[in-house]
Amino acid sequence: MLTTGTIAPDFNLYSTPDQKVKLSELRNKKVILAFYPADWSPVCDDQMTLYNEMGKYFGKHDAQLVGISVDSKWSYLAFTEHNKFHFPLLSDFEPKGEVARLYGAFNDKTGECLRALYVIDENGIIRWSYLSPVGINPGADGILNALEELDNVKSINQ
Amino acid sequence: MNQLIIPVNSFDHIFGNTTAALELVEYGDYECPYCGRAYPIVKNIQQQLGRELKFVFRNFPLRKIHPNSFMASAAAEAAGLQDKFWEMHDIIFENQKTLEAENIFLFANKLGLDIERFKNDMQLEPLIKKVESDFESGLRSGVNRTPTFFINGKKYEGDWNGGQLLQDLKSMMADTLII
Repeated sequence: MLTTGTIAPDFNLYSTPDQKVKLSELRNKKVILAFYPADWSPVCDDQMTLYNEMGKYFGKHDAQLVGISVDSKWSYLAFTEHNKFHFPLLSDFEPKGEVARLYGAFNDKTGECLRALYVIDENGIIRWSYLSPVGINPGADGILNALEELDNVKSINQ
Repeated sequence: MNQLIIPVNSFDHIFGNTTAALELVEYGDYECPYCGRAYPIVKNIQQQLGRELKFVFRNFPLRKIHPNSFMASAAAEAAGLQDKFWEMHDIIFENQKTLEAENIFLFANKLGLDIERFKNDMQLEPLIKKVESDFESGLRSGVNRTPTFFINGKKYEGDWNGGQLLQDLKSMMADTLII
């Protein structure tokens, strides 16, 4: 995992069959990266369903969530439609896991992403990270605490 | 270990003995099939433990995936204003596949609620805020799926399915008795 204070490596990944999302284009916003092992797996379902409810809470902190796994953009299309997701899932499919590796969030044995979270600030600096055991849904409390802390620091500095 | 950020308080719906040493809190979504499965399990626990247990239900509606869940939460809260929270909670879980508005009003009718007041109360801002603040306290306490249980303020990581939750509550009860 990358440490807090480092610059988040840029990436440009498919979110739909014909659209890409570039991290550096999300500047001026906080970004939450949620690496997860696989579409359709039980824990990932729970985790992403929870995050899907949180637009309002992330929005309060001016933060955008993106999910990343090694599934293909076609799998995302179905996964997103089935669960009515309102945030982008990014496909780290080819070369497989390249971005996850950059973030130390790739499991070489299973060939899947780890269950890792990053909070990146408006300047593209990593401000918080968390590696969860693969079988455990990390929930949202850690992310919310991190976002709150970032906003507190900002208001003190202003 | 995750803890309940907001302890049980007077805004909560408490079933059973409010002074019981053993406290079970459920964060639930009325339209979630797992919560539906947990419903008779919790009922059985309440029967088995009787006055030894205090049970609290907090709203955790996942409304994107369960479009009727928020309204169902509001309905139970509105019924609560006419002292029928648990009756509505039960009838909703017993009919959780048919939670469209017209059915919710049928339930209200069945429970003998003042329907006009009920309809009006469901829209009240403090009531909507109550549901939302339940959701938020759940998020902050580490609720990551429904149902999520807390026993005496600590998140329950065991398997609530089957008889495990009752067993764990019983053994906690035995521990408290020794102290």
